[in-house]
Amino acid sequence: MTSGNGHKPNVEERIGVYVCHCGSNIAGVVDVQQVAEWAALRLKHRGVVIGRDYKFMCSSLGQELIEKDIKELGLTRVVVAACSPHLHEKTFRTACERAGLNPFLCELVSIREQVSWVHTDKVAATSKAKAVVSGGIERVLHHEPLEPMRVPIHPATLVVGGGIAGIQAALEIANAGYHVYLVEREPSIGGHMAQFDKTFPTLDCAACILTPRMVEAGTHPHITLLTHSNVEKVEGFVGNFNVTIRKKARKVNVDLCTGCGICQEKCPKKVVDEVYEAGLGYRKAIYTPFAQAVPKYPVMDVANCTYFEKGTCKACEKFCPTNAIDFKQEDEVITVDVGNIILATGYDIFDARKVTNYGYGRLANVFTSLELERLTNAAGPTNGQIVLRDGKTIPKAVGVVHCVGSRDRNFNNYCSVICCMQSLKFAHLVHERTGAIVYNFYIDMRTPFKDYDEFYQRVMEEGTLFVRGKVAEVTDAARLPGEEGKLIIQVEDTLAGKQRRIPVDMVILSVGLEPRKDSKEVAKQFGISCSTNGWFTERHPKLDPVATMTEGIYIAGCAQGPKDIPATVVQGAAASARVLGKIQQKEIELEPVRASINEAQCSGCRICNNLCPFNAILFHEDSKVSEINPALCQGCGTCVAACPAGAISGTGFSNEQIFAQIEGLLLLNVGEEVPA
Amino acid sequence: MNNDFEPIIIGFTCNWCSYRAADLAGTSRMKYPPNIRLIRLMCSGRLDPTFVFKALANGADGVMITGCHPGECHYLEQNYKALRRFHLMRRTLQGLGLEPARVRLVWASAAEGAKFAQEVTSFVEEIRALGPLHWGKAGKQSSVTSDQSTEHSSLMTDHSPKEVPA
Repeated sequence: MTSGNGHKPNVEERIGVYVCHCGSNIAGVVDVQQVAEWAALRLKHRGVVIGRDYKFMCSSLGQELIEKDIKELGLTRVVVAACSPHLHEKTFRTACERAGLNPFLCELVSIREQVSWVHTDKVAATSKAKAVVSGGIERVLHHEPLEPMRVPIHPATLVVGGGIAGIQAALEIANAGYHVYLVEREPSIGGHMAQFDKTFPTLDCAACILTPRMVEAGTHPHITLLTHSNVEKVEGFVGNFNVTIRKKARKVNVDLCTGCGICQEKCPKKVVDEVYEAGLGYRKAIYTPFAQAVPKYPVMDVANCTYFEKGTCKACEKFCPTNAIDFKQEDEVITVDVGNIILATGYDIFDARKVTNYGYGRLANVFTSLELERLTNAAGPTNGQIVLRDGKTIPKAVGVVHCVGSRDRNFNNYCSVICCMQSLKFAHLVHERTGAIVYNFYIDMRTPFKDYDEFYQRVMEEGTLFVRGKVAEVTDAARLPGEEGKLIIQVEDTLAGKQRRIPVDMVILSVGLEPRKDSKEVAKQFGISCSTNGWFTERHPKLDPVATMTEGIYIAGCAQGPKDIPATVVQGAAASARVLGKIQQKEIELEPVRASINEAQCSGCRICNNLCPFNAILFHEDSKVSEINPALCQGCGTCVAACPAGAISGTGFSNEQIFAQIEGLLLLNVGEEVPA
Repeated sequence: MNNDFEPIIIGFTCNWCSYRAADLAGTSRMKYPPNIRLIRLMCSGRLDPTFVFKALANGADGVMITGCHPGECHYLEQNYKALRRFHLMRRTLQGLGLEPARVRLVWASAAEGAKFAQEVTSFVEEIRALGPLHWGKAGKQSSVTSDQSTEHSSLMTDHSPKEVPA
């Protein structure tokens, strides 16, 4: 063998090689006995003192075999050729540890997933297994004993987003006795759920079930509510985050304000409420978004306030009985220390204007689902009257269009999950309150989960008409008698197999859910990843749905993907359970795969500084060298590969280890192994 | 070209995506040729170009680099750094007189076992078509590497895994 960088010519280590049969999973294709004997005989000069094969290495007997050899033969390194390290690396490391060998001196190489299960030629598979074992042997020679890092966990938690997911998570943690900072950018917590009227399938009133939770969160001794606030900066790592939060100026002194509402009453400026009322109603320039808002304190909308525009007015100040109005109030920037973070930032609704053929924004009586929520809400702009855009006409025929912006290659491919049930709810409410004929236009009806399909049956029995087909167009261009003054829905009825034109007075577009417009920036700020759409990515789609790839950061609710209220609440609770588990541990063990810089070799070029996605590399201006914070480093190794001076080394994946493994893997090819 | 030529390929995989894709290919019992031998890195961003040159110099006929899809990197964006290095590496290989096609970059998520198997299969065929890496012939112009590589090429003349005896 040519002497490479990784080659250790004088081997003093004593290596044990263990080849697993895995029943017949490996032994059925790979001649395991031959591999073990070959390693013991032919790689003796590389330090192999024993080569064994065994039926199931992961069994307790298999593990005892290793432990016994470590003690009796004085093994200093162990190579196990079995399944994927993602399955049993921990098993064999623990076995080594029990026998007194540092667990990181064990190397598990995969000859099942990567050899016996994917190859059929037994000779070639056996040969490849030898190469893989040889790679493991060369690599393990360069392993170093490592100790896992332990860091303490700060018991406080940051929850970002005060919708039902964030509220649920915050309450669970606070009720367990730990402190929570709940940050919400709007003036009140409550989120989208606070805008809804009824919730499917039980039709209980959203406010009736939500507001008690909001009040509980607002008054909880362990919850610091930070509404009208934004997270500006996140530093640190699991257990030790330092978060900078900007509390935007309310222009109201909350210590004096009693929430009496006189300022809102007296404010002369009316502003269209685009957020809470979805553009259908008005609020004042000083306002609380809705009557049950938590906290009760109003905020001043400086951009629309007459005093800030023209320099006079101050009506609110004049009438405030407690002198709580403070025009000079500035933003306040605070920093908090937390151990874990839950992101429950919710969703935005799909902009129905993008589907131009449905006419939203052009045809007055085309509404979005969120607008309809406000129309049906007793506290909404029409006091719960379902009327056309003119504010008085009650519709006689209504069309509900499903999948607007969802399951559509032109917009979003995914299903928004809630639209079918939401559309059925609208069908029921419209029918109940107006007696109108309701048509639902659907592609596929999706009503899984408890009591959902029963609700569908109920709405069908109430006389709602269902047309299976994707609506092609909504138009006001009448062509046939009876269409004048109506909105005509052009659709292919795929069950009847014909084109239909259905005249209605009102069209409701059941718009899909989209990631928040700024979700990618938020993901970047917190160091987590999101899908190409912008939904936050969970650690595992099935087995770890609320954790992220970044330790200490969890996600809940629609920020992770579209879901209904029950699923959102479940995730809020699940995320809090994960956080409480971390807090209870008091400290956390981190995998010691980390990069470090040899100061003597560092030239201070700073190439590595910008490569690190976790800002783990600091540059010392005084000594002109870079240093890696081991707690921030996640061990990706990009800086190791980039350092022109070779000053950075990565534990577990050092250049020497990789070079040696390359040599080992190619051993059979370069002639070191002479045919016997 | 020797018809019995069995190329040897070193594959660098990312711990979070492509290594798991390889695991998935195994769990799903998908078949691909045994010519590839994998090395696990924590991230494709860890790939030092010298790993690739080392593999080619030590007897590999091709190198497959695999990582997470753009936008899906476990470490946020390090696969983009791998992509940049990949393009530089190909130019360097060309400068050395080697076919740039001997190095392939593949994005494979943990769910893409089938894609992984298919990419390995097609890469093996591509390298088979390119033929053995006659490093020695390429190295003859360079006195620095000639000794080593002549020796190397002579050792490499017969390296079909099928012919490696027990």
